[in-house]
Parts: sequence; structure tokens; C-alpha cells
Amino acid sequence: MTSPRTLFEKIWANHLVRPETESTPAVLYADLHLVHEVTSPQAFAELRSRGAPVRRPDLTLATMDHSTPTTPRSAGRLHVLDAQASAQLEQLETNCEEFGIRLFGLDDSRQGIVHVIGPEQGLTQPGMTIVCGDSHTSTHGAFGALAFGIGTSEVGYVLATQTLLQRQPRNMEVRIDGVLPRGVTAKDIILAIIAKVGIGGATGHVLEYTGSAIRSLGMEERMTICNMSIEAGARAGLIAPDDTTFDYIAGRPFAPTGADWDAAVVRWRGLSPDETASYDRSVRLDAAGLAPMITFGTNPSMAIPIDGRVPYPTDAGSRAERADLDKALRYMALEPGQSLLGRAVDVVFVGSCTNSRISDLRQAAAVMRGRHVAAGVRMLVVPGSQNVKREAEAEGLDRVFLEAGAEWREAGCSMCIAMNGDQLEPGQSAVSTSNRNFEGRQGKGGRTFLASPLTAAATAVSGAIADVRSLS
Amino acid sequence: MRAKVMEPFTALRSSCVVLPAENVDTDQIIPARFLKTIERRGLGAHLFADWRVDAHGQPRPEFPLNSPDARDASILVAGHNFGCGSSREHAPWALLDFGFRAVISTGFADIFRNNALKTGLLPVALSTSAHSTLLEQLAESPRAQVTIDLETQTATLPDGTAHAFVVDPFARHCLLNGVDELGFLLEQDAAIGAYESTHTSRVCTR
Ligand code: SF4
Repeated sequence: MTSPRTLFEKIWANHLVRPETESTPAVLYADLHLVHEVTSPQAFAELRSRGAPVRRPDLTLATMDHSTPTTPRSAGRLHVLDAQASAQLEQLETNCEEFGIRLFGLDDSRQGIVHVIGPEQGLTQPGMTIVCGDSHTSTHGAFGALAFGIGTSEVGYVLATQTLLQRQPRNMEVRIDGVLPRGVTAKDIILAIIAKVGIGGATGHVLEYTGSAIRSLGMEERMTICNMSIEAGARAGLIAPDDTTFDYIAGRPFAPTGADWDAAVVRWRGLSPDETASYDRSVRLDAAGLAPMITFGTNPSMAIPIDGRVPYPTDAGSRAERADLDKALRYMALEPGQSLLGRAVDVVFVGSCTNSRISDLRQAAAVMRGRHVAAGVRMLVVPGSQNVKREAEAEGLDRVFLEAGAEWREAGCSMCIAMNGDQLEPGQSAVSTSNRNFEGRQGKGGRTFLASPLTAAATAVSGAIADVRSLS
Repeated sequence: MRAKVMEPFTALRSSCVVLPAENVDTDQIIPARFLKTIERRGLGAHLFADWRVDAHGQPRPEFPLNSPDARDASILVAGHNFGCGSSREHAPWALLDFGFRAVISTGFADIFRNNALKTGLLPVALSTSAHSTLLEQLAESPRAQVTIDLETQTATLPDGTAHAFVVDPFARHCLLNGVDELGFLLEQDAAIGAYESTHTSRVCTR
């Protein structure tokens, strides 16, 4: 009899080409490899220099998202801002052509942020291993897939062999029970978790999210949670699949059909942690006690309830933490003890692989409907994929945003990463639904406050950081 | 035979640049606007770009990497959780291109550590006490040298005391011999084929 296993342990065991030994890590098989323009060119170059083919082009899919402009593409193929970005996009086209990889390029109606399109196309399925040269690959864990980010060398290894060398990570349970109060979303849950665990607190671990609050979330909300697992340092985040998962996958382009579907669901139902499985560590959170969260500092763990106060560095546990906090407050131009409510912002960004799916846009639109973006504020709404964009337009959400005075953009990473023309100016402040508030992440000298789509929309119409619960 | 793909790493003796900040993220190490390159080389010029240079494009004299001594140093000494954030391998590429061969901290983010080991940049995680001792000694004599020996997995501080660090045995083997993991994985062809024949593919992207 096998001993009780966690979900992670089950998926891990099922993908071992060779188990790990003292001297060599495990050889782990990747069921799906997602590729984008920024972290792949040097990997393809490596293959070319060794004369190695791509082992499994049929398990590989590429898209363009990071250095891709999101300005209107009405004039046919979009104009790419600078020569370097355009060379990078062309290089991906050349590489995919040469190595036989399917590419959802800029003119493909399925193009979008890599972590939005995998699930949307039904490629992300329970029990799989999924890798991508991008740290937010953890997003796909929402389906009970072991998904993690890799570097460019590893992108090359997977292209050439479909495998990776990995030491088995440890396993941490994050249990969230209870019912979420009004105005509190998945984004607030994950920001609260990161604040509790710390920016590097989950290093070396795969997180498994359990509990009634997680079960009650839809797939897009689960993706928001798993997406930011990396911000606590985790290798991956996982949520066991259930009927919510199966309902989401059913009928999507790459999902199994007919008898294959039935067999898949039977297999997927076995993917939950055994009753008595044990974790290396556990943390708990009570959903009912949560408030909308917002970051005040320069890493995602520096977050407080929106009606809370900026902490005092003098209360920090160590000298290094205090220095870290001091530096963050100086960069953000904040004082200890201050409230963030009412702080003016220049930009509001709704988008990124964390919060750019249809439910995120619906939430933001519900707040914006009949209201107007405050004078002096620029609001960008950037759907995560062309599919999301079409769906939103069919529902009239684009009209809501445009009538409110926001910009409605093409799909891409946009202002999450500021390498495609969408960026903050030095000294500007933004409330963003993205995942990183590192110094300069949204543009050199820019200041980022991370929050949910509800908080972002409430801020846009108020012109200053606002609590969505107190909008009339 | 596995091809030598990087400079073998054996022992390194060098002065250090000290950047004591904790949680240094890869967006600081190499800001995203420099990731539009399709090369590995040339990123050293932009290492820590936004900390090195002010809003007017002028070097900030107080930033440790701008000190004239920094150019000779092959070791960066940083605070805890170095390299958190994005998976960009451009971060270790930029550090290497600038001239660093090792980073000393008390802990590294997982993806950064993996990437560094694969590109020939050695992440050296010391105990908190050894790390503070090192910082004190470097505060006193900024140009003092540290020796990092990968063979014995020890770092010898300016005062001559040796402190252990651990590197994954396989990564250590690759670094000592200047070979990469790809050669090893390509040799697993038969085992990979056997796995594929008993595990049907979950999806087909074509
Ligand atoms: S949206 Fe942001 S975090 Fe997500 S993949 Fe794009 S750049 Fe990375």
C-alpha cells in the first residue's frame, strides 16, 4: 500500500522519467511547454548551435505577449514601437517556423498572455506538468496541474528533451476556510497570504490551497490565487480539480471529447490529496476576516487592508527588514502610520495574467457603469487575450469602459512589465491589478499599488485610492 | 562526451562589492526594458541600471557598483532572498557580463539559483552569522579578498576563517567541469522514450 500522498506528490510521481538520487536530480517530464518571445530566443539559438531538433513540437505552443504593444490593431498588423521589440517578435516567428512549433502570433485570433490562453484553449488540464520561461506559470496550478517557471537554459532543455532536472520541492498547505465578505476577492486573498507568508517565505515549496473558501471560487479566481504563489517565493501553487474545473474545461478547443473526455474526468477525480496526507508546513487563513488588500511598498508582501495604516519600520523584526521597509517607504513617498485612502494616483491599470480575464473585466465594469474616470487619471483596461476582448465586447463591457473615459486596449502584458510602450512616467503612481510592485516595474521611477479590479475601478472613478465598499 | 559550454568553476579569490539590501528582485538586477535583446551578451552595461544611474542618466556615486574598486571584484555580497521575482535568466547573464562569478547571500530565490548555476554564476548561501561576519570585515577593509572554493564548498573570509556552503552535487559537477545539464538530458533519450511509450500525451498543440 502506498502511503497517503498530497496532490503535488501524486503529480510528481507520475512524471518521473528517472527518480532523483543523491548525485542527480530527478528527470521530470513536461506535458506542455508554453513559449513566448522574451525568454526563448537564446534557447532556440542553443538548439541551433548543437544541431538539436525540438523533441515534441506537438507538446509546445508559442504566443506573443510581453514586448507586444497593445495599441489598436485596426490598421491591420500592428506597428511595433521599436526595432528591438520587432526583431524579437520576428525571431519568434522564424524559430517557430524552423522548429515546427505552432504560434498564436499577433494576427491570430487566439493570441494573448501566455497564462491566459493556455487555460482558455483547454490546453491546461488537471494532473499535467506545465512549464514556461515565465515565473507566473504557477497560474496553471489552479487546474491541479504542476506548473512552474523556468529560465532560458531550461527552456532549451525542454525544447530538446521535453524534460528537466529537478529536486523535489517541499510541500506547504495553505488552508482558507469561511465565506468572503462583500468587496473582497481572490486578489485580496492572495495578497493577504503573501503578506502573511512573506516575500521569500515559501521558497523551495509548492503551495497547495485547500479549504472551503477555495472550493467556492470559480476557475478565474483560482487562477488569480495560483498566479501570485511565486510572489511568496513558491515554486508553484496547486488547487485540486473538482466539478468547477471540469465544467470550465469542457468544450474548449483542446479539451478531450467523447469517450476520451469521460476517461479524463475519471482520472482527474483521483487528483486530490489523500485524507491523511501530510505537508511539510501549513498556514491557515479565515476568509471572513479579510478586507480588500492593497500594497504600500516595493514588493508584493508589503500589503495592508485598504483601511489600514502604513506600518512603522521601527516595528520591524530585524535591522535588515527595517532597512528594507525604510527604503520602500522612501521610494513610494509614504509616511509610517499614514492611510492610503485618498492618496491621489495618475494611472489605473486593469490587466495582466493576474486579473485580465472576463470575470475581472466584469467586476471592474460593474463599478464603472454610469461613472466616469476622475479628471487627471488615465485608466487602461487591457484584456488578457483576444478571446477575452471579443467576449467583453459582445457583452458591451468595452462601451462601459470607453464611456467612462478609460482606454480599451489589445491583448498583451501591457503595463504589467513596461517593455511594450505602456508604462508609468517617473514619479507617477498607479493602482494596478498586476502582480509586481517592484521599483520601476511599471516604468522607471513609477510607483505601483497592487489591488483587485474592484479597488482599481473604485480608485479610477474617485481619482484617489478608494475602498470599493464605501462607493454608494 | 559532453561539450564544455562554460568556463569551469574551481576556486575564486577576489575582492567583493557589497550590496546589503534584502529581497533584491530581478527587475532591479536587469530592468525589463533591456529584455528585448535576443543575445546573452551585452547585458552587463545595464546591470542594476535604475540603481546605478539617476533620472538624468548620471551615475549615482554612492551606489556600490559605481565605485572604482567594483570593476576588479568578481564577488557580489548581497542580502537575503537575492534574485526574487521574474524567471529572467538575463539576471545572471547581466551579473556575469559585468564580471561577477559568484554572489554571496544567506538565501536565493529558487529560479534565480537554478538559472545562475546553469550559466556559471555561483550562488553561495552562507549562514546568517558567517554572512554578518563577512559584512563586518568588508566594512573595515573594503578591498579585502574572499576565497570561494567549489571543490571543498568553503568560503574563506578575509580573516582566514572558512565557512561551509552547499551546492547541489549535480550542479557542482557541471560547474567544476564546465559542462551543462543538456548533455546529460540528451543522454537520457532511451529512458525518455520509454516514459513516452507508457504515458500517452495529454494534449496535442498541432
Ligand atoms: S502579464 Fe505581467 S506577469 Fe503576466 S506574463 Fe505578462 S509580464 Fe509576466
